[in-house]
Amino acid sequence: MSGLLENFWVLLALKVAIIAAVVPAVSLVFIFAELKISAHMQSRIGPYFAGGRWGWAQPLADGLKFIQKEDLVPDDADRPVFKFAPMVVLMSTLAVFVIVPFSPKLVVRDLDLGVFYALAAGSFGTIGVLMAGWSSANKYSLIGGLRAGAQLIAYELPLVLAVVGVVIQAGTMSFNGIVAAQAAPVFTIGEFAIHLPYLFQGQVIGFVIFIIAMLAELNRTPFDMPIAESELVMGYLTEYSGLRFTMFFLAEYAGMFSMSAIAATLFLGGWYLPGLSSGALEVLGPVILMAKVSLLVFVIIWFRWTFPRLREDQLQSIAWRWLIPLALLNIVGTAIAKVVL
Amino acid sequence: MTDYFQDYITVAVFAGAGIGLVAVAMGASFLLRPHKPSLVKRQSYECGINPVGDGWSQTHVRYYIFALLFLIFDVEAVFIFPWAVRLESLGTFALVEMAIFIVILLGGLVYAVRKGVLRWES
Repeated sequence: MSGLLENFWVLLALKVAIIAAVVPAVSLVFIFAELKISAHMQSRIGPYFAGGRWGWAQPLADGLKFIQKEDLVPDDADRPVFKFAPMVVLMSTLAVFVIVPFSPKLVVRDLDLGVFYALAAGSFGTIGVLMAGWSSANKYSLIGGLRAGAQLIAYELPLVLAVVGVVIQAGTMSFNGIVAAQAAPVFTIGEFAIHLPYLFQGQVIGFVIFIIAMLAELNRTPFDMPIAESELVMGYLTEYSGLRFTMFFLAEYAGMFSMSAIAATLFLGGWYLPGLSSGALEVLGPVILMAKVSLLVFVIIWFRWTFPRLREDQLQSIAWRWLIPLALLNIVGTAIAKVVL
Repeated sequence: MTDYFQDYITVAVFAGAGIGLVAVAMGASFLLRPHKPSLVKRQSYECGINPVGDGWSQTHVRYYIFALLFLIFDVEAVFIFPWAVRLESLGTFALVEMAIFIVILLGGLVYAVRKGVLRWES
């Protein structure tokens, strides 16, 4: 048995199966959380019927309903591109999970270029969104797709530059290396070691910029102009129906999961919690990471009911005039601190 | 097989899994869903009326200038990452050099903003 598990291909198949099962399952939980949290923030009850208690089966019921829906492709649409677009989006979403470390050993593949790879794979999904917007041959879809492209262009840079501060401090781009660097004590008072995640080691600006850019990359409010229900019907998803629509929907929540996991790993210490032995971390690591991810996902949902949608030119000017210069200054500041201290 | 190729294979397999997941789901749905196409269903959506003109309508692409800016800064990001990883061993010299590099790029950004790239009113 242990010999079989050491085979690269067997192990790889197992990892793919686990991720392909866990990611949609967690996404369903987040969809349900969004329904319930949104409802309570608006003094509603939200779903309460499906499944009995709290209406917990609502996302499952939605999924089952979508599977039975007719698959419509408009006559004018560019059929192959239209059909391929959801695949590209989900491809990028799943590819990001290769580097997310759930515990010291529980990571699909700890790439040396982890940070760089995560950002590249994450932004790849926008090509799928552009494909969806273009191939639909619908005015709303086209505008939605172009907006999504512009948004990626503007917010990819703050996202990338915000992460550089963490890379400078850790001196590595491997995700497990970055968590290990955060697990090292910052200073000791006698026998008592103080551990701090990078958020409290001077990366506050980096963290705030990362969260803002992350919202924009995920097309979440206040940056949901590509979908903007009240002006563009459903943006680039206007022509999608049934299961293809569900795939985009799933990818959005899986994206929330992956981006929150990246943010939690880079800035909040990932699977590490001070005071636990390495044996305990091996077991509790996934729980600790998921707790941090859930916190960030809650904040993302909270933002949706707090901020109004921005205007397209406001979006651009926030990115270019504030976030990018701030991120560059953050890099310079962190680098000076790293070299001098 | 070396570690190097295992990295690439893992990434490729996971990307393929994304395609596979959609394909399997669409296959399962093919067995369950109805298929009754009609002319109205296959029409592009436009507020419930017959669509006017072409779906690929003319759009004011304001974004191309941002795309140019993006290219410059994205290349910069590619330079910054290796520098960030090795900064501790490279020391003050690399720090000063990168500071000069960033200041030059910031100058470019200031120039673009002053040129009115971000002002949308004509």
